[in-house]
Amino acid sequence: MNDTVLKVADVHKSFGGLHALRDVNLDIEQSKTHAIIGPNGAGKSTLLNVCVGRIEPDNGSVTFDGETLTGKKPHEINQVGVARVFQTPEIFPELTLMQNVMIPALAKRDGSFKFNAFRILQGENDIRDEAEHILEDLDLIDQRDSEAGSLSRGDKRRLELAMCLVQHPRLLLLDEPTAGMSRHDTNRTIDLLKRIKERGMTKVIIEHDMHVVFSLADRITVLAQGTVIAEGTPDEVRGNPQVQEAYLGGAHI
Amino acid sequence: MFNLSPKNDTVTMAIFAIAVLAMPLWLAPIGASYPDLLQKFAIFGIFAVGYNILFGLTGYLSFGHAAFLGVGSYAAVWSFKLVTMNVLPAVLFGTLIGGVFAALIGFVSLRRSGIYFSILTLAFAQMSYNLAYSVLTPITNGETGLQLTQQDPRIIDSLFVAAGEGLPSTNLFGLKMSGYPGFYFCAVLLIIAFFISLRIFRSPFGLKLLAIKSNQVRMNYTGFNTRPYMLIAFVVSGMYAGLAGSLLAVTDPLAGAERMQWTASGEVVLMTILGGAGTLVGPLLGAGIIKYFENIFSAYNDQLLHQMLAFLPDGMEGAVVALLGLFVGEGWHLTLGIIFMAIVIFLPGGLMEGIRRIGGMIQKRGGGKKPEQTGGVMRPTEQEG
Ligand SMILES: Nc1ncnc2c1ncn2[C@@H]1O[C@H](COP(=O)(O)OP(=O)(O)OP(=O)(O)O)[C@@H](O)[C@H]1O
Ligand SMILES: [Mg+2]
Repeated sequence: MNDTVLKVADVHKSFGGLHALRDVNLDIEQSKTHAIIGPNGAGKSTLLNVCVGRIEPDNGSVTFDGETLTGKKPHEINQVGVARVFQTPEIFPELTLMQNVMIPALAKRDGSFKFNAFRILQGENDIRDEAEHILEDLDLIDQRDSEAGSLSRGDKRRLELAMCLVQHPRLLLLDEPTAGMSRHDTNRTIDLLKRIKERGMTKVIIEHDMHVVFSLADRITVLAQGTVIAEGTPDEVRGNPQVQEAYLGGAHI
Repeated sequence: MFNLSPKNDTVTMAIFAIAVLAMPLWLAPIGASYPDLLQKFAIFGIFAVGYNILFGLTGYLSFGHAAFLGVGSYAAVWSFKLVTMNVLPAVLFGTLIGGVFAALIGFVSLRRSGIYFSILTLAFAQMSYNLAYSVLTPITNGETGLQLTQQDPRIIDSLFVAAGEGLPSTNLFGLKMSGYPGFYFCAVLLIIAFFISLRIFRSPFGLKLLAIKSNQVRMNYTGFNTRPYMLIAFVVSGMYAGLAGSLLAVTDPLAGAERMQWTASGEVVLMTILGGAGTLVGPLLGAGIIKYFENIFSAYNDQLLHQMLAFLPDGMEGAVVALLGLFVGEGWHLTLGIIFMAIVIFLPGGLMEGIRRIGGMIQKRGGGKKPEQTGGVMRPTEQEG
């Protein structure tokens, strides 16, 4: 029952005098959607940064499926099967949507380095098919030849999600995937994330929107000031008075 | 519209090859069809096309590429001195050494990006330049420059013919590489160089380089190790520079350190930006225009101006000549600077952007169709084949 796929053990990180993470422990189970919530500055993004190799923790370790991620470079972590959506979308603004999605598909196929300067991109039918498929899935196909930089904020987010999904990662880390989206787009994203859940992808999702959290999460961890203050099923967390105190200033969720 | 399918590339290449080989014909009306200048077009075209693979695709601005050009020249002249006057080994050797140097300098410089990368390449190039004048004099012959001499061993040549009177000339299996044959040799290499660049632009590899320019952070989190990609782009462009340098020695077997000076590095940057960085033919256009105007403008002098403006009243003539004199002859760089500023301000995408805009205007007037990217700009854009 309890098959942990991502294990965060005693991770500590401080920036100068500020303790962004204090001995955080976290177990993420296979194929589950695990939400991390908490007030601004709680250390949520920092925790994801530690997972993908953007930040080296002062102490502690992150293991994924038995493999230690701490100390690995970002591209190595991605090649292990961990993809990430950033809080501010990281896309290729000057390139078309198709190119934006083909690049991660190439990373999946070619690995971290391959010198294929004499193949013709036009002829890469498998890559193009995959890219088109995912753009259709995310309702972006009509804009396939537009520059990604010209998209709305919400569409940029969805594009970044498409760029991650095209790689069929084993673990998907999402940092506020619906921020800046209309209610309509938010609901579509929720539907999409539910669909990929059926495919067995493990997800960690940081979210402020409680509608999204309670629609998707199997488990919830609450961070405040770098410390895990509660963890459990949505119902357990909803009823936890400490959470309501810390996170919502006493209001009911 | 210009389609980017492989079939169309064959057409592009055919048109390109014909245009290059027919340069002596269609450049005749503007007085640019003499071999010396044509050779320069081809050679600096190669230099710029190669530079564009680095700068145009990855956005890394190297200020040291003249070092590879200079090294290519020295390597070629040494091949002439030690081995044979045949140009093939010289060109191969020059390209190779250009690549080796680029690998060394690139390995260190690519640890940084942005302005720090530019400064590192500039520092390395200036270091090479100064070394060529000082410590490395045995290899470079210092200020005199590396030249052929009667006493050179030329191991292979000496097996076949006894050294004759005077200095031997560079040749391709007996065909002398001066005048038009020299141009055609360079032209064929330009066509090959352009073809390779076209294939890189069209490849997944080329797309990945563009993506590095666009967002290197995303590239890393997408699973790419960007360092080897950058190093390869750097080395390939260094090999193009080495090839160009060796061709300079083919057409005139002499190598001097001034080819490595930072102004020479700056020139290839100007060529690329003037024509349009990241476009396939833009850098060639830039190289052609700069070399053409350099020849035309620097040929004018005050005397010539006086003759041309003799119809003006005396006092006025003197003033006009004094003014125009600033822009010609030695002062032609002032003209270049003004043209360059105008381009960067009004056409940041270079001349190719201007051509595209004009093409778009014509199209709008014609059929009201949406203007798309035209043939000149050949980024590996996704389009239905
Ligand atoms: N690279 C950094 N250098 C210095 N301080 C940082 C850095 N990254 C984060 N911090 C600080 O660490 C704390 C936690 O930041 P973090 O971005 O993890 O919060 P968060 O929970 O994601 O907040 P939000 O909901 O606003 O995104 C903040 O006080 C932040 O200012
Ligand atoms: Mg955050």
